[in-house]
Amino acid sequence: MSNLVTGRTGEWEVVIGLEVHAQVTSNAKLFSGAPTKFGADPNSNVSLVDAAMPGMLPVINHECVRQAVRTGLGLNAEINLVSVFDRKNYFYADLPQGYQISQFKQPIVGEGVLRIDMADGTTRDIGIERLHLEQDAGKSMHDQHPSKSYIDLNRTGVALMEIVSRPDMRSAAEAAAYVKKLRSILRYLGTCDGNMEEGSMRADVNVSVRRPGEELGTRTETKNLNSLRFIQQAIDHEVARQIELIEDGGEVDQETRLFDTSTGSTRTMRSKEDAHDYRYFPDPDLLPLVIPQSEVDELAAALPELPDQIKARLMGEYGLSPYDAAVITEERETAIFYEAASDGRDRKLVANWMTVELFGALNKADLSLATSPVSPEALGRLVDLISEGVISGKIAKEVFAEMFENGGEAADIVEAKGLKQVSDSGAIEALIDGVMAANPDKVEEYRGGKDKLFGFFVGQVMKQSGGQANPGMVNQVLRAKLDD
Amino acid sequence: MTDYLSLSATEARAALDSKKISSVELTTAYLGAIEETAGLNNYVAVTADKALEMAAASDARIGAGEGGLIEGLPVGVKDLFCTKGVASTACSNILNGFTPPYESTVTANLWREGGVMLGKLNCDEFAMGSANETSAYGPAINPHQAADGVNLVPGGSSGGSASAIAARSALLATGTDTGGSIRQPAAFCGVVGMKPTYGRCSRWGIVAFASSLDQAGPFTRTVADNALMMEAMASYDAKDSTSAQTPLQDLSGAVGKGVKGLKIGVPSEYVMDGMDSDVVRLWEQGQEWLKAAGAELVEISLPHTKYALPAYYIIAPAEASSNLARYDGVRYGQRVEADTLDEMYGATRAAGFGDEVQRRIMIGTYVLSAGYYDAYYLKAQRVRRLIRDDFDAAFGKVDAILTPATPSAAFAVGRKVDDPVTNYLNDVFTVTANLAGIPGMAVPAGVNQDGLPLGLQVLGRPFDEATLYSVGQVLEDAADFSAVPALRAGGAS
Repeated sequence: MSNLVTGRTGEWEVVIGLEVHAQVTSNAKLFSGAPTKFGADPNSNVSLVDAAMPGMLPVINHECVRQAVRTGLGLNAEINLVSVFDRKNYFYADLPQGYQISQFKQPIVGEGVLRIDMADGTTRDIGIERLHLEQDAGKSMHDQHPSKSYIDLNRTGVALMEIVSRPDMRSAAEAAAYVKKLRSILRYLGTCDGNMEEGSMRADVNVSVRRPGEELGTRTETKNLNSLRFIQQAIDHEVARQIELIEDGGEVDQETRLFDTSTGSTRTMRSKEDAHDYRYFPDPDLLPLVIPQSEVDELAAALPELPDQIKARLMGEYGLSPYDAAVITEERETAIFYEAASDGRDRKLVANWMTVELFGALNKADLSLATSPVSPEALGRLVDLISEGVISGKIAKEVFAEMFENGGEAADIVEAKGLKQVSDSGAIEALIDGVMAANPDKVEEYRGGKDKLFGFFVGQVMKQSGGQANPGMVNQVLRAKLDD
Repeated sequence: MTDYLSLSATEARAALDSKKISSVELTTAYLGAIEETAGLNNYVAVTADKALEMAAASDARIGAGEGGLIEGLPVGVKDLFCTKGVASTACSNILNGFTPPYESTVTANLWREGGVMLGKLNCDEFAMGSANETSAYGPAINPHQAADGVNLVPGGSSGGSASAIAARSALLATGTDTGGSIRQPAAFCGVVGMKPTYGRCSRWGIVAFASSLDQAGPFTRTVADNALMMEAMASYDAKDSTSAQTPLQDLSGAVGKGVKGLKIGVPSEYVMDGMDSDVVRLWEQGQEWLKAAGAELVEISLPHTKYALPAYYIIAPAEASSNLARYDGVRYGQRVEADTLDEMYGATRAAGFGDEVQRRIMIGTYVLSAGYYDAYYLKAQRVRRLIRDDFDAAFGKVDAILTPATPSAAFAVGRKVDDPVTNYLNDVFTVTANLAGIPGMAVPAGVNQDGLPLGLQVLGRPFDEATLYSVGQVLEDAADFSAVPALRAGGAS
């Protein structure tokens, strides 16, 4: 599959790198005890440290460190046992300290790799350059007053993980798949809720274009994209803009750009000349962050099974298709549901029932797996009835609809509604005899070599049974009788 | 009538315990002394009501037999410490009117141990200065005067603290020392000043100047008093990530231990051009005293000493430029309104910060800038490492090091204020201890030809303040320092 984009003058290769800011799941902020809860009244989750009162000092929240290590392990990345917090100095009204505490030269996590799943079932490995911990800034609101800005410091000091990819992506779809997979892993790990609408995950996209095989082009960085759709739109817009610019004889400026959600386009935020000099230097209020190897080992041992591992197992041991395996493992809840539903059963059949019937019904009813009216065990037992030949797949759909609507056990519904499959050979023989007797001409034609009529007989028998005859037995007995 | 102001802290503490005096009486005497010496401008705020309240509470505790280490003793607090409900401005206009809703760990420790708060003491703005002349409240005055009667600086940045101890308007005083800001004013005013090991006292609630160098410490009239106050103010504090968990030694117990058998290093590099001959003479005298008391003198080398001052004047401004970014007019302190945010920053900071603070912010911003960082900041950090290594090597051979505290005695107010580089030279003997993080103490040991106090400095191993107190007491005993400040309270009698 080629990712090349065709311009007026030929083909272009798109090069994309992402910086994802993921809010660390933690009760307290990175360097203060203030709560991190979303949606609190403005300036209610602010400590003296967050407000940068004179003489206040940061103290690392060790849980945030552990979360970063977990994330690093989940990204198959190198964990740096010694890392350093630096100050990134700039003035802004929602940055009370006048600097952001971040990690510049020595991040807590080094190189790793993320495997992304494409829609066609293929995968690609995207390099992770680094992950570092840093403080979030506050929020400036410019639309609350005609001449003044309002500042909300609730988010100030909340822990973020900045996860920087290598420029390994070649299309907007790959970038979206990257963010989707990253979000999935973070959620499995419980290190970020991945909630992009609330701003728990935001991406800065670096985009450049080049002629295939040539040197990297000049990149632009588009900041603060908070949905998969915006990420793709921003990339598509940047790619088109840059190609057009170059093909018109212009040059791409290295600059920071903003994405306008209403128009789906990007515009200049600041040029390279206006770039800040952040005057990074090690924060003298904090000692180097030292993590014992034993703690890393302990965190590694306690890590949950991650989507790629589960996917491999689903495909290898259970024989699931790459697509089904990817769908089932995207969210941890789905994988857990699937494991519970399919345990000790026909794994493929359960996968099919989950991804088609259950997901379809949930979607239609605007419900999620967490609020599913059908429990994994109940779904599993429904599938058991099919496997055991108690009901046919067709009847099962009817039973499932009843379970989804009114709850209850599949077996009870089958019993109450008399939907049990007829597997009594005598009864089936009687049905077949009746059908053959009613259609002597068709029997004649079939025996004369019109094999295709077999399906007609099966259909008639099933119809006569009200759908309850065991289709396998019908096939078997019918063939024996017709071929007699 | 008891001469309250003449009592040392240890004497006063004993007198309180034996009910010979009350804290209210003692505190009242000190409040009177503050009034009497108001011309020294060493207090920027007096908390008389609070002092009398705390004194009464101390008397009650002593009555119940529950007194703390410094129970009932009047304490002056450098304005760099945040004190709950009492304006804390770092002697800067930008924090004019700022009243913190919290108490610094060090002062909280002092109050827990029974200290009585007299008020806030003058200092250089944001502790940047060596003469207390950069204060927004104007200069504090040294109670000592030469024959010409010209007002002298008390040193800085903790000039108000040293001045108040010498003038007897405080019995105990807190200071902070980033490059010599306790030891140099102590030497200029003829009092005892200790900068403990970095991490010994919590920095929480102290307005930051240069975080990797700042350390709080006590000012007192005697070495024994100093040990007592040090014990009251030091603590491990989880709120300060650079606070040390190493247990504090028995400092008061170390005071009388003597120096017999101790090896005292004398660094050949602590001599500089234009150094006062009286300073050299006193240093040699100090060596003799220690030798006579049974110490062995060892000549040592601290080869990177000459790079200390330049390195300090890169590292300290670098950190300060970042530490002072929070004074932006947005949340507290003074604001000068303007049309845009950037203009508001500029106007607020131009009006709020004095010249010296602005100078250091600019130096610090420059040395951290892209393209200059490696040449300045990084190189200065390497020098710092080498200076630390120098001391590590020296302390392999000796137990403490004896040096002059300052290159000269106190100078006239206004004399050097327009020449920052000359002013910076005041710190030449003291900055090394901050760069290395080791403890250093200044002990008054004599006078120059004008009768002005001179101090000796004792440097020690990290977390070995005890040895400094042992050495300091020997010096104090031998020197029998008796220069009486002309402008002290009760001095008229």
